[in-house]
Amino acid sequence: MQSVLNSPLVHLVDVEFCWHAKASPSIKSGKLCIDRHEHVFIQGASGSGKSTLLNIIGGIVTPQKGTVEVVGKDFLQLKEVERDRVRADHIGFIFQQFNLIPYLSILENVTLPCRFSDVRRQNAIERSGTVANEAIYLLNRLYSKSKFGFDRNTSELSVGQQQRVAAARALIGQPQLIIADEPTSSLDYDSRQAFLDLLFDEVKTSGSTLLYVSHDPTHKHLFDRVVEMSTISTQGSADI
Amino acid sequence: MNLRLLAWKSLSSRRSTAILTVVSIAVSVVLLLGVEKIRVNAQSSFANTISGTDLIVGARSGSIQLLLYSVFRIGNATNNISWDSYQAIAQKKGVKWTIPISLGDSHRGFRVMGTSKDYFSFYQYSQKRNLQLTSGKPFNDTFDTVIGSEVARSLNYSVGDQVIISHGTVSTSFSEHKDKPFIISGILEHTGTPVDRTVHVSLEGIEAMHVNWQGQIKKRKAGKTLSETNLQPESITAFLIGLDSKIISFKLQRYINEYAPEPLLAIFPGIALHELWSLMSVAEQALLIISIFVVIAALTGMLAVSLAGLNERRREVAILRSVGASHWHIMGLLIAETLLLTISGILLGIAILYSAIGLGQPIIEANYGLFIPLSLPNEREFAMVSILLVTGFVVGLIPAYRAYRNSLADGMSTRL
Repeated sequence: MQSVLNSPLVHLVDVEFCWHAKASPSIKSGKLCIDRHEHVFIQGASGSGKSTLLNIIGGIVTPQKGTVEVVGKDFLQLKEVERDRVRADHIGFIFQQFNLIPYLSILENVTLPCRFSDVRRQNAIERSGTVANEAIYLLNRLYSKSKFGFDRNTSELSVGQQQRVAAARALIGQPQLIIADEPTSSLDYDSRQAFLDLLFDEVKTSGSTLLYVSHDPTHKHLFDRVVEMSTISTQGSADI
Repeated sequence: MNLRLLAWKSLSSRRSTAILTVVSIAVSVVLLLGVEKIRVNAQSSFANTISGTDLIVGARSGSIQLLLYSVFRIGNATNNISWDSYQAIAQKKGVKWTIPISLGDSHRGFRVMGTSKDYFSFYQYSQKRNLQLTSGKPFNDTFDTVIGSEVARSLNYSVGDQVIISHGTVSTSFSEHKDKPFIISGILEHTGTPVDRTVHVSLEGIEAMHVNWQGQIKKRKAGKTLSETNLQPESITAFLIGLDSKIISFKLQRYINEYAPEPLLAIFPGIALHELWSLMSVAEQALLIISIFVVIAALTGMLAVSLAGLNERRREVAILRSVGASHWHIMGLLIAETLLLTISGILLGIAILYSAIGLGQPIIEANYGLFIPLSLPNEREFAMVSILLVTGFVVGLIPAYRAYRNSLADGMSTRL
């Protein structure tokens, strides 16, 4: 148990991955090591294999070669469904845009991970009594101080509001790893700063590890460590 | 993970296409089950047309033709039976009763049938039910007539009204027996059989009508008067036989079929009805095939809508995957959606069908003599609905598989 806790949260060694059998690899001799509670900024231009990296860490795809360990689990040894479980239980994602399911309300979007993960549902219930209470707590912190209107449709929300709802969803049930993929690139400057402040507050409160991916170096001073995409993979091409 | 909730929310967000899909499935269900209900009830009402009669005898022709003109009043006899032959057979040992039938005239589109009073005592339909009069009494006088319930209803006749019978069976016949009007003495209870559409007169009445007629034409000069004429008919069209015991029915059938003085044919009504129904089953099969095609069209429509929506939903699938949904969840969601549509369609279809039967029952019965009860679905209908449900599930596998392929190619990174 001790060794698991001391081991890195994300550990990639000599990873090689191609999306198609005949295509050139998107990631070649990839390596990355992220410790627990670290806040890491990964910087890279588009097409450098960032999205592929996140798909690998999320267990959506498995590399053809190398080792991938996330929360102490060896992904190449796990079945697909087991990787899905690791992602559901331990990882929260925030994407650049279109994070929300259009036919679900704000509250339903935030509680969505708890429908797929018993671990995160239990965590949420432990903290706030019910999943809905935890979602309202996070929304109050991140989105607005109103207790009402969370059953509204998400299509009425501005992009900034949508990103905050997405952040609340990533954080619910305290997953060990929060992965943010260009979460502020669709926001204007002021909103970016506010959004990042809120995100950092919440990540610190919950003790999660933050993996932040962006091509824009503006905010990299906020992070414990900055990793260039070029040091992770020797060659990045055909980013999807 | 409650996929049904997600499926329900997802469908509600595409309400108009979902409703149209449900309606098209409902229509196909109405057709499929409606055809089945009509088939079953038509068959039973068909089998109920005549009951308790052991043999039907007519001039030698085909058994179905004999059944058609003697029981259903459809078509015409090729030849008649002489009164002597009729009497000879009626007197045979073991014959309990006979009902003579004499056809050839009509009244405003309804067939006129000459018969004896035994008709009211022995003719049976459905489960051995005898004919009952709702008003009046059986014919007594030569120019009395007893009409079926449908004749009374559609021509608005009541007891005591005058009826003029036309020569021949065309409703617009020019030769009418105007000189000899009949008086309605009774109206029969509704039976749901061709009896309802028949004008009954005595054999003597038929003879009396035709006094001074020769073949198809009325004689120019009046010859004899009624009182001079013997109203005993020389021939009849057919007759029904009831036996003391069914054991002798084969023996009697052979005796009639081999009757030397004239060529006759005796048939068992049950067997002839069955033969006739198997002829009709071609139409029944055709209807069934049409309804199956309508079902296929409805399911294809659902598949098209589902597949067309998949591209727009790639982002949705990527989000669900990112929050922890497995491929099984994604496929389950899409299958749950098609199943939800199929089940709603089936339930709506059954609801529409039953309300239509409830509302249309009297109209169908009045116009087509077909009573469709509001009964629970039979085994065949259950089987049909189950097959439809399974097919809906199988159809749902197609978009589910496509979504799976898309999501494999997209990962979490699809952008709109």
